[in-house]
Amino acid sequence: MPKDGGIGASSKRREDVRFLTGAGNYTDDMNMWGQAHVFFLRSDVAHGTLTNVDTSAAAEMPGVVQIFTGADFEEVGSIPCGWQVTDKHGEPMQEPRHPVLAHGKVRHVGEPIAAVVAETLEQARDAAEAISVDIDELPAVVNMKEAVQDGAPKVHDDLTSNLCYDWGFVEENKDAVNKAFDEAAHVTTLELVNNRLVANPMEPRVAIGDYSRAGDEHTLYTTSQNPHVIRLLMGAFVLGIPEHKLRVVSPDVGGGFGTKIFHYQEEAFCTFAAKACNRPVKWTSSRTEAFMSDAHGRDHVTKIELALDADNNFTALRTDTYANMGAYLSTFAPSVPTWLHGTLMAGNYKTPLIYVNVKAVFTNTVPVDAYRGAGRPEASFQLERLVDKAAHELEVDPIALRRQNFITEFPYATPVAVEYDTGDYNATMDKLEEMADLSGFDARRKASEAKGRLRGFGVNCYIEACGIAPSNLVGQLGARAGLYESATVRVNATGGLVVMTGSHSHGQGHETSFAQVVADMIGIDEGMVEIVHGDTSKVPMGMGTYGSRSLAVGGSAMVRATEKIIAKAKKIAAHLMEASEADIELKDGAFSVAGTDKSVAWGDVTLAAYVPHNYPLEDVEPGLEETAFYDPSNFTYPSGAYACEVELDPDTGEVKIERFLAADDFGNVVNPMIVTGQVHGGLAQGIGQALLENCAYDSDGQLLSGSYMDYAMPRASDLPFYEVDHSCQTPCTHNPLGVKGCGEAGAIGSPPAVVNAVLDAMRSGGKDVGHIDMPVTPARVWAAMNG
Amino acid sequence: MYNFDVERPQSIADAVQALSREDAQPLSGGQTLIPTLKARLAAPSVLVSLGDVDEMKGVCMSDGGQLCIGGATTHATVAAEAAAHYPALASLAARIGDPAVRNRGTIGGSVANNDPSACYPAGVLGSGATVVTNAREIAADDYFQGMFTTALEEGEIVTEVKFPIPQAAHYEKFLQPASRFPLVAAFVARFSDGVRVAITGASNDGVFRWSEAEAALASNFSASALDGLSVDSTDMISDLHGTAEYRAHLIGVMTKRAVAAIG
Ligand SMILES: Cc1cc2nc3c(=O)[nH]c(=O)nc-3n(C[C@H](O)[C@H](O)[C@H](O)COP(=O)(O)OP(=O)(O)OC[C@H]3O[C@@H](n4cnc5c(N)ncnc54)[C@H](O)[C@@H]3O)c2cc1C
Repeated sequence: MPKDGGIGASSKRREDVRFLTGAGNYTDDMNMWGQAHVFFLRSDVAHGTLTNVDTSAAAEMPGVVQIFTGADFEEVGSIPCGWQVTDKHGEPMQEPRHPVLAHGKVRHVGEPIAAVVAETLEQARDAAEAISVDIDELPAVVNMKEAVQDGAPKVHDDLTSNLCYDWGFVEENKDAVNKAFDEAAHVTTLELVNNRLVANPMEPRVAIGDYSRAGDEHTLYTTSQNPHVIRLLMGAFVLGIPEHKLRVVSPDVGGGFGTKIFHYQEEAFCTFAAKACNRPVKWTSSRTEAFMSDAHGRDHVTKIELALDADNNFTALRTDTYANMGAYLSTFAPSVPTWLHGTLMAGNYKTPLIYVNVKAVFTNTVPVDAYRGAGRPEASFQLERLVDKAAHELEVDPIALRRQNFITEFPYATPVAVEYDTGDYNATMDKLEEMADLSGFDARRKASEAKGRLRGFGVNCYIEACGIAPSNLVGQLGARAGLYESATVRVNATGGLVVMTGSHSHGQGHETSFAQVVADMIGIDEGMVEIVHGDTSKVPMGMGTYGSRSLAVGGSAMVRATEKIIAKAKKIAAHLMEASEADIELKDGAFSVAGTDKSVAWGDVTLAAYVPHNYPLEDVEPGLEETAFYDPSNFTYPSGAYACEVELDPDTGEVKIERFLAADDFGNVVNPMIVTGQVHGGLAQGIGQALLENCAYDSDGQLLSGSYMDYAMPRASDLPFYEVDHSCQTPCTHNPLGVKGCGEAGAIGSPPAVVNAVLDAMRSGGKDVGHIDMPVTPARVWAAMNG
Repeated sequence: MYNFDVERPQSIADAVQALSREDAQPLSGGQTLIPTLKARLAAPSVLVSLGDVDEMKGVCMSDGGQLCIGGATTHATVAAEAAAHYPALASLAARIGDPAVRNRGTIGGSVANNDPSACYPAGVLGSGATVVTNAREIAADDYFQGMFTTALEEGEIVTEVKFPIPQAAHYEKFLQPASRFPLVAAFVARFSDGVRVAITGASNDGVFRWSEAEAALASNFSASALDGLSVDSTDMISDLHGTAEYRAHLIGVMTKRAVAAIG
């Protein structure tokens, strides 16, 4: 509408009042009466046989409550994986056991070997130093291509090799794709690395286990993006606690970016130890631990080829990717390089034939799983680098080549199993060109050159699949979970209402934008709507927040529940006004009878629902509370066009981003300010990946970038003032709000534009290197310029 | 952290006395030492805080025209109070770390630590300053003895650093992208009787003087005088952020830029 507080209004984020005034309630802010602290003794070698873990001296240290080792968890389940990928031969992936504490072997630096529960953290740490651990070191496998060679050391002795799966998609298309390559007028080939990243949410992970003997009830307080998923995985698969005896609470969470989706050993440990020690057990990750225990992101090595005909139409695409799983399968790891990546390889283009091969590999490194964008940034990076390279090889304009191959008719069924419901890729590209001031570029380049700098312009498109996901479809693809969302709308007697959503907010502003949606539907002030999330004892079973799904799926559940509320309220209003239900209209928070001046306020109806003196009790139950579960019928497909302008210092190789432009199509937008903020954050992470961030291991499996001294995070001074637009809107056709999701777009769409711009700048300096790997550090640029 | 005692002496003499206790270590701004203790990489039994030793704090000009900075003076104080006397040094101090680091970290701590990537060692060596301790005065050329190594004896503390003021000077640094310490930085100072060029961040031996550049600049103080000069990369640091060759190359670029900035 845009009006104050409804859909389309840039309402200020109500949660920021508590976040910015220090009144947030994060997990580490919680302290239980009688709590003890745990310190995890972690492996400092990447691969080895644990020959002896002797805790006897440590057990005598002051303050020690109890010490646990892998032996204590032999009867306990494995940390489960939530997705089973089937390989190109129809066989299930290899799935190793993932113990809570290492037993028999250690498989990556940072893997917990023992856990000391003590009165204070310092005492726990002192005692951990007194544990004597003997490890027979084994050669580590770090490089994926070496890991799959015959005779490579095996990460898991009981698996046949380090190959988790070899996935072909779509296997039936393979011959046709190869034939198209044989017949191509031009083939462009690119080999690239999608660099491994550490998510680095501002708040490190925290877990507190609490146990009540009185009712044999467990509570886990944890920094999770999806408390119900944790309850299900940990309760059913690891610890064997029925869900009605297990409550999982995720209060304010300071950023997740994917790495807080997964179920981690520390959560299971604290829950287990709270019962074993009969007192609350708390763990707060240090930043050092976070680097070696939070699941990492990306880490793909790819060869990709594009076939074109003589008119520069894309005829086929072929990829060969190695995807690092790390030492164990994290919760959704197998799905990231397959169903979240292979299905996106069509991008914005009508390439008719596509074959994607992905080999997922175990290595002696921290597990790798979803990180903002998850699979989709890897897909768009390959594709948009490749298309740019093709344009330069063919000496055609990169934008024109893209436009020529754009999908323009919707719905569009891609050759990689998904159907785009709607989109307009020319519209976002038009918008981008309008924002970019391309005609002024030559003058800007000359100005840079006058300062001894090179200037480059890079562009890319992206498409992503959000609103994850239709449950029956993902079930066929190997998901061991449904991906619907839930909402309960509880109206109070005086008209205010509480919405309990299965989505979880860890910075996205749900408390504001979700309230806008419900308030808009009823026509009341958004301040009358409270959003509750993050507690399995309050919220119906929901799947949480990731994959830009919260508004598209969680918001749709909320809409459905609110529709039920309105339908019932109309019945009550009809009774109060002695009118026919069919004639009742709801507008601006009042019910009226069509064609009359009769009206009752929202609050009168809600009061009647709870004080049913004058009430249609024979037809309608008292009360006003409804629950809905919403399962989407398709993914949503946000898309856009991004551009980057860089200045490059040829003397030092330093790259500075001068401009970054983003034209996105998110469908309908509920809160434009929040959407802009989400894009800004995504861009910072995408630019961070492109220029700065690099999680590096040496060949022994030691983490080289294990702290902020060596892991470069983007800072404000590394980033330009973004120019962001989301006025191109093709509403999603299959969810009630017409929304698509905006949380990951910035991180998905930005890396190729940055790299394309850097290569353009280098070419303008007379150096055409074809490709440069991320992060595009000064040292790498200088080496490439002088290579 | 492991447990330790804390002593808070009020004078240099008391500090030296306190440092004679077994496994005692001075604590100044704590910006290097506290993270080391938190990581349990050091286990002093006594920390002797220099924070209350007023005679080790402050910035002043001596009668001989030298800028004297007390060993416990923070980077922020130097940035503010040295600006009128020695702008290049004040600017160096103003660009160390972030405001929190500059409000705690001290010149004495930095010079005592002699991190191969620290800023102050370049300023001290490039200026030909004198490091004053409780026991003696040490010329900068004798003081820095390699990565994390100095002429300081056990229990000796840096009480002051005395800087001759050059005609002009400039500190040019190229940031390591993660830590924002120098990846390579050059401090160039022009005196009436010569030029000093000190390089930090680059060498496995810590801060060093680039003598070929000094000689070239002494006869022709212009960036072009450095054309054709290069540093052997053999002893340069090679890590995730840059190879030895890259660092050797940056030495030339940073030095030229420093010279150009002086004009
Ligand atoms: C985030 C961050 C960023 C930083 N960035 C930079 C940067 O860009 N450039 C840079 O140069 N530095 C940087 N530093 C380091 C900073 O400048 C430190 O303050 C400095 O290196 C040490 O000074 P301090 O007073 O904190 O010493 P402390 O940490 O207190 O002590 C350091 C060492 O010196 C000894 N010591 C201290 N004072 C004396 C003394 N007077 N006599 C003898 N021994 C002494 C201590 O025993 C200890 O061994 C950074 C630090 C941090 C935390």
